[in-house]
Amino acid sequence: MPEFMLLLYGSESADEAERAQRWAEMPLWDQVNASLRDAGVLVAHAPLHSVESATTVRVRGDETELTDGPFAVTKEVLAGFYLLDCADLDEAIRHAARLPWARYGSVEVRPIVGDDEIPRPDRNASAS
Amino acid sequence: MSSAEPPRRGGPDPVAAAIAAAFRAERAAVLATLIRHVGDFQLAEDAVQDAFAEALSAWRSDGVPVRPGAWLMVAARRRAIDRMRRNRSVADRADRLAELMRLDRQEHPDEDEDSAIADDRLRLIFTCCHPALDLPARVGLTLRALGGLTTGEIARAFLVAEPTMGKRIVRAKRKIADARIPYRVPDDEELPDRLRGVLRVLYLVFNEGYSATEGERLVRSELCGEALRLARLLCELMPDEAEVWGLLALMLLHDARRDARVGPDGRYLALDQQDRSRWDHERLGDGLEALDRAMRFRRPGQYQLQAAITALHVRGADTGTTDWVQITELYDALGEIAPSPVVELNRAAAVGFAVGPQAGLELLEPLLADPALERYQPLHAAHADLLRRAGDPVAAARAYERAIALSANEVERAELHRRLSTLDAD
Repeated sequence: MPEFMLLLYGSESADEAERAQRWAEMPLWDQVNASLRDAGVLVAHAPLHSVESATTVRVRGDETELTDGPFAVTKEVLAGFYLLDCADLDEAIRHAARLPWARYGSVEVRPIVGDDEIPRPDRNASAS
Repeated sequence: MSSAEPPRRGGPDPVAAAIAAAFRAERAAVLATLIRHVGDFQLAEDAVQDAFAEALSAWRSDGVPVRPGAWLMVAARRRAIDRMRRNRSVADRADRLAELMRLDRQEHPDEDEDSAIADDRLRLIFTCCHPALDLPARVGLTLRALGGLTTGEIARAFLVAEPTMGKRIVRAKRKIADARIPYRVPDDEELPDRLRGVLRVLYLVFNEGYSATEGERLVRSELCGEALRLARLLCELMPDEAEVWGLLALMLLHDARRDARVGPDGRYLALDQQDRSRWDHERLGDGLEALDRAMRFRRPGQYQLQAAITALHVRGADTGTTDWVQITELYDALGEIAPSPVVELNRAAAVGFAVGPQAGLELLEPLLADPALERYQPLHAAHADLLRRAGDPVAAARAYERAIALSANEVERAELHRRLSTLDAD
């Protein structure tokens, strides 16, 4: 089955009360996670540390350049992810919509490139 | 945020004086070891602060201990144990607590611990200067963790508001924890690159203090002292690194002439106009000695080359004849190792003396054509000097005016005006 990545975006500037409220929602997350696991679609999931802990890595020539911060500085940052094994995009969207985050942030759904979709010279040779 | 302030300095109180001395001499080492034990920057810092607070009353009633550092280490470790018992969010809490209690029961540290302690301050330096931290954060954190300055003093020295500096340092500590920046000395493969990063931080701190203008000098000169202290510490911890000695030499050779740069009338004085009796000759001697020591490794680097150039300037001012040919050669070498427009500019100025103003002007041409340097004041000042010496007062005046317009520093601007006014007399 194809895999989909659900990327959870939202604002980190939530105030203390709002943050506490979100933590109080943990049972909701636990419910969704349990049901995803029971359905056999959950591959991996994790919340991410604050974007303040991000480091961006670039290699230019022989130099590894590090930047203290995320790739793009925007108000909405990547806050967590799910890796789901779904039949199709519709199923992935359905699960995305069930995440509590979808109500105050955004969930970006990205299909994972399957191993058989990666173009390789040997595969091209047999196709021609 | 716990704002750790050192105990009041000076005064007739011998206990307060002993604590102030211990704060400067022992705090970094105690903190560095405790961070390794507890694995948490903030918790370790809070515990060390507790230990200093405890010392104030304990030393007053029991007297100042023979080895204040050892006393503080034991006290800080015990306070860390207390804090860790209360704080459930610490990673590997049970293991860390067990290890802390084991150390607490020990009369003397074992061999493993002894050799680990020797590297703790290096671990702390490399962690504070980690390239995944923003450069201003590296600077703030290094001064806070390893230097003897408070957050308020660092903020004043960098001309930012205290809460801004406080936030910067707290954020850096949080990133170290959250992003799992390791607490270690980089291995041999990474070391050259990471050491360059550390030296860059120290040099930046020094330059911030050194380039301070008249009005700022009092607060900012502390930065020179801190940079020197940290460079000396690094020499002690990494005595076989040529560039570490090179950087110390460079700082000493500049710092020795810091007060002589401004004349009694507040005017900026070039090296050859300075009152040499106002130079700190002992410091100059230390600088030359450090440079000697660096060059014996036969591993040239940018700081050694810059120090060698500075030493030649100093000797030139002392003897009345500057060896511009050798200075030009050193700039050639520096341009190979660390090419930059600043090096090119200085090389052109040196060639202007070694060969002649026309040769210097030719080397300036590509720099003057570079749009990125259009607003670089020293380029126009050097251009003006070369034009004046080449006998083109009209073009020289234009270049001086351009340099004056770009100058942000009062002392420097006055000097440029003076040079502009002498054009008419030439």
